[in-house]
Amino acid sequence: MRNVFYIMRKELKSYFTSPVAYVIGGIFLSIAGYFFYSILTFFSLLSLQYMQSPYMMNNLNLNEMLIRPLYGNMGVILLFIAPLLSMRIIAEEKKLGTIELLYTSPLRLSEIITGKFLAALSVFIIILIPTLEYPVVLLLGGNPDTGPLISTYIGLILLGAAFISIGLFTSSITENQMVAGVSAFGILLLLWVLGWAKQSVDPPYGDILGYLSLVEDHYENFLKGIIDTKDIIYYLSVVFFGLFLAQRVLESRRWR
Amino acid sequence: MIEVINLVKHYGEHVGIQDITFNVDKGEVLGFLGPNGAGKTTTMRVLSCYMPPSSGIARICGFDVFEESLEVRKKVGYLPEHPPLYLDHTVMDYLMFVVEIKGVKKDKRRVFLDRAVEKCGLGEVKNRLIANLSKGYKQRVGIAQALIHEPEVLILDEPTIGLDPKQIIEIRELIRALGSDHTIILSTHILQEVTMLCKRVVIINRGRLVAADSREQLSSQAAGVTRVSFKLRKPPDGVADSIRALEGIKDVEDSGNGNFIVEMLQGKDTRELIASTIVKNGWGLLEMKPVSLSLEEIYVKLIA
Repeated sequence: MRNVFYIMRKELKSYFTSPVAYVIGGIFLSIAGYFFYSILTFFSLLSLQYMQSPYMMNNLNLNEMLIRPLYGNMGVILLFIAPLLSMRIIAEEKKLGTIELLYTSPLRLSEIITGKFLAALSVFIIILIPTLEYPVVLLLGGNPDTGPLISTYIGLILLGAAFISIGLFTSSITENQMVAGVSAFGILLLLWVLGWAKQSVDPPYGDILGYLSLVEDHYENFLKGIIDTKDIIYYLSVVFFGLFLAQRVLESRRWR
Repeated sequence: MIEVINLVKHYGEHVGIQDITFNVDKGEVLGFLGPNGAGKTTTMRVLSCYMPPSSGIARICGFDVFEESLEVRKKVGYLPEHPPLYLDHTVMDYLMFVVEIKGVKKDKRRVFLDRAVEKCGLGEVKNRLIANLSKGYKQRVGIAQALIHEPEVLILDEPTIGLDPKQIIEIRELIRALGSDHTIILSTHILQEVTMLCKRVVIINRGRLVAADSREQLSSQAAGVTRVSFKLRKPPDGVADSIRALEGIKDVEDSGNGNFIVEMLQGKDTRELIASTIVKNGWGLLEMKPVSLSLEEIYVKLIA
């Protein structure tokens, strides 16, 4: 257990002494900030127009019209950013040969992988902290439901964890960071759009596609304010599956 | 201390090493020789638990490298061919990380770390980023990394590669000093180094063991031909030819100033015959002595 912590601390040091974490964090936050600004101004424009009719005023909902699209979009940014965050995590060690140090130290493979995963997840959570200003601004200027805000953040962290574990898996396959990043992005995008076919495919299969999709039936629920164990279990199993595959890949490489 | 029995490692179709058998006693420095691609690194990687063997047994301190890998890894310090350094760490941060993951108890870490820094002469650079260090210092950090948990066995894969002559001497001194309380396997293709540091030598070629013995033993075994050198006071022309004409002589080499080297055929000792011939002809024999083969010559003989 202690070894997991050592690996994690070393990874965090690498993230923050190199420009990686700052660049990724900076880009994520600027795009998120832009979304917040544009959705907020649109919302205030809308509320000015709606003021003319009391009937329309009742349809105006801060959660529905601002928070949901904002955090939905944040999921999209995450889709692009998460592979960049995770692509170096094992591929770089292979490239530099530092993996030899880890393999020849008394560490279990599972400890190495868990430590690395937790480090990348922590970087993601640290990047998320400044986004808390959006709900603070909204709470100061309006009265949104706080429940959905909390569930949204839980959902966002779970979504990030799932993305990172898939990225960690692709990073374990190769020593080329580019290959790791692009394959992670491909897999994530495919799993994302899988849900779009939900309506058009015949009943049992459509539901299966929806369930498998990373966003459709799961992240959406968190955005609506629903915390369902089914969704939590879905994300946790994606995380576990990604880490499990990474472990198998690294094990098999040693045997060859 | 280290037992290797019929070790085999395949990479798919390609054979890395085949039937390697040798052992190393406690406190011994073993030189591991072979041309590029002979399987030195493969053997060392198996011993350091980087990868398991395809078949065969390797035991370190009585622990099997495959079955009890975690135990072995606590007892082995390994310097790979390219030192495994995190370039974005400072020397101290890096060594602290290594000492942590090697399973050293918390209260001993600081002491072990300081000792390794001192042994490897890293005091001046300990707060600098590894990326900014020269090749020689990086290599030293690599060595510090291998010995920081004071392991019983050290496996060093070409420790002096890429260093300048002064650093090479320092590293050799260091290895010699470490040899007193560690068991060391040292791979290199600088033969001098083996001559200076190692009592025993293992030579492998194309994945197979060619020789495993002490240096003296190797000299006498590998010398298919024994050689004798002699010095004459007043050698006339044609001495070499007349000696060559004697029975049991393979070749005579005139190295100038009255010095000659005679190669005798295997199993024939013609020293007496040569001496009497010289004395009979009155060439003035000043000295005569056997020449033992240098490690270089043995190596070339065995590898060829």
